[in-house]
Amino acid sequence: MASTEISKDLPATMPAKSRWRDSDLWWSLKHSPLAIAAGVLLVVLIASAFLAPLLAVQDPYDLAALELWNAELPPIWVEGGQWPYLLGTDIQGRDVFSAILYGSRASIIIGLASVAVSLVVGLTFGLIAGYSGGWVDNILMRVGDILLSIPTILMAILVSAVFRELLPTGLRDAFAPVILIVAISLAAWVQYARTVRALTMVERSKEYVQAARLIKVRPGKIMRKHILPNTLTPILVAATLNFGLAILTEATLSFLGVGMPPTEPSLGTLIRIGNEYLFSGSWWIVVFPAAQLCLLVLSVNVLGDWLRDALNPKLR
Amino acid sequence: MLVFLMKRLFNAAIVMLAVAAMAFMIFRFVGDPVEMMVNEQASQAERDELRERLGLDQGVVTQFGRFVVSATQGDFGISYRNQREVSSLIAERFPSTLELVLVATILSLVIGIPLGVVTAIHRGKWYTEALQFGSIIGVSLPSFVVGIMLILIFSVTLGWAPAFGRGDVVDLGWWSTGLLTHSGRAALILPSLALALFQITLVMRLVRAEMLETMRTDFIKFARARGVPARVVQFRHALRNCLMPVITMTGMQFGNLIAFALITETVFQWPGMGLLFIQAVTFVDIPVMAAYLCIVSFIFVALNTLVDVTYAVVDPRLRHQGH
Repeated sequence: MASTEISKDLPATMPAKSRWRDSDLWWSLKHSPLAIAAGVLLVVLIASAFLAPLLAVQDPYDLAALELWNAELPPIWVEGGQWPYLLGTDIQGRDVFSAILYGSRASIIIGLASVAVSLVVGLTFGLIAGYSGGWVDNILMRVGDILLSIPTILMAILVSAVFRELLPTGLRDAFAPVILIVAISLAAWVQYARTVRALTMVERSKEYVQAARLIKVRPGKIMRKHILPNTLTPILVAATLNFGLAILTEATLSFLGVGMPPTEPSLGTLIRIGNEYLFSGSWWIVVFPAAQLCLLVLSVNVLGDWLRDALNPKLR
Repeated sequence: MLVFLMKRLFNAAIVMLAVAAMAFMIFRFVGDPVEMMVNEQASQAERDELRERLGLDQGVVTQFGRFVVSATQGDFGISYRNQREVSSLIAERFPSTLELVLVATILSLVIGIPLGVVTAIHRGKWYTEALQFGSIIGVSLPSFVVGIMLILIFSVTLGWAPAFGRGDVVDLGWWSTGLLTHSGRAALILPSLALALFQITLVMRLVRAEMLETMRTDFIKFARARGVPARVVQFRHALRNCLMPVITMTGMQFGNLIAFALITETVFQWPGMGLLFIQAVTFVDIPVMAAYLCIVSFIFVALNTLVDVTYAVVDPRLRHQGH
């Protein structure tokens, strides 16, 4: 009980706000204009994606709202462009700007969910493998080895294709996001598991863990409350970079036709649709979703890169 | 050394067995192979006959055993879609994929190494910063977007290079090459660049990191102190010491590139194994999917094992580590 009392007292003596302001991370962020730019961009992109129903001029999922006589309109600044279709319309008369907002929302949600799933699985397996060692450790790590010894993109495509095939036709589109999350997380958890396992093996022999063991704290609680917090720094960096990778993988799968369906397009699906009109001169159908995807992944990667350097004590 | 070699080979065999199990499960449990193969008017007797011929009436373990045996002999059955042997379909497509990947690998080394050296030597210059930032962009650009943009700029707008297909090919025995004709070489430019871009940034980052490390070592300082010209120190002494890791990474990435080529091949309609695989996925042509999985994984695992073993030959310390 003593420990909880101490942690309750802490915020009183050290307000959370100033703790953040005094931190190395804040200092490093202030001195990295690129990271600030990426952070602002990412916030704008995510906010606009989640506010899509408010910002979009039409619901791109509602086929009844599409007007065919407005098909293939160019962006507004090109001759023939029409208000309110800022970035033009696609072959079905779907507003590209609205489709991008909704598409980003799908991409971001699937990306976040994949990171969350692989984090939970990876941290759990990593803690168990590192804490218990022996045959449990051996089996978990061998499974991970096998998963990583096949190119991940190939694995994701296969898993996606097979699961779609196993589902009845009517359910395929509804379950597309779930299938994608499984396909992306299947190999991604291994990296977290390996990192946490290695750190756990180091922490396990330290005195604070031995002390906790001595007073008969349950192993599950030792892993969650004592060891886990000490492994989170490298995990945070990996998770950020993997978020970018998950968005990329989702886009690739959707582009190849084993991801989100054309009725509920993600950014990858939009690029797949636009790619078919590449030679017809309607460049805006493919260029804007592609640019949005690149900006999204780029801002995440720049932040991840900065975070890795900022949290690396050797580089200070 | 022998123990190490046996261990590595054993691990590789386990992985391949797991891959084979996956391929087998896809083949056996996604859809009914018999329904996929017979035409719709086939009688029940014909179906039973085919079922027996495929051995589908036997136990799962027996079936798996037979699958592994025939797979090691390169027999992956008949494609559902075009009723041809999968092995000959893949053999037809293999040369074009390999050429694409080889050219992309060469491009990545020829462009990536100099860029890495430049960014390591001229630190703090504006173009170094630009290249550094460019390498983050290179990692963030999805390869299919790179391909689409290359097509849009260099084919649709400028008309400099063809956007799809492989051009004319020349048959050299069973190998068909596009390198010997003008249209074949022209068709290679955009796809190989699209495939190489990610690899270029990898090579560049690796060379830069290794160069920075090497330039701090004593033998470089000594060479400088002796009055060896800077150029010679940088390229003869330092760069040479960086090449080993670059070669290793190139070897290990080769399998990845073959897998990634399927994206490039889809964008450029390049008639390689990857395009065959994606078409098979669309038509649920399971034998082709299973065969592609096995072959690409085999190349991947074989290369990784080869790199591991080579490392152990070069560096004896690795042989005596725990695993």
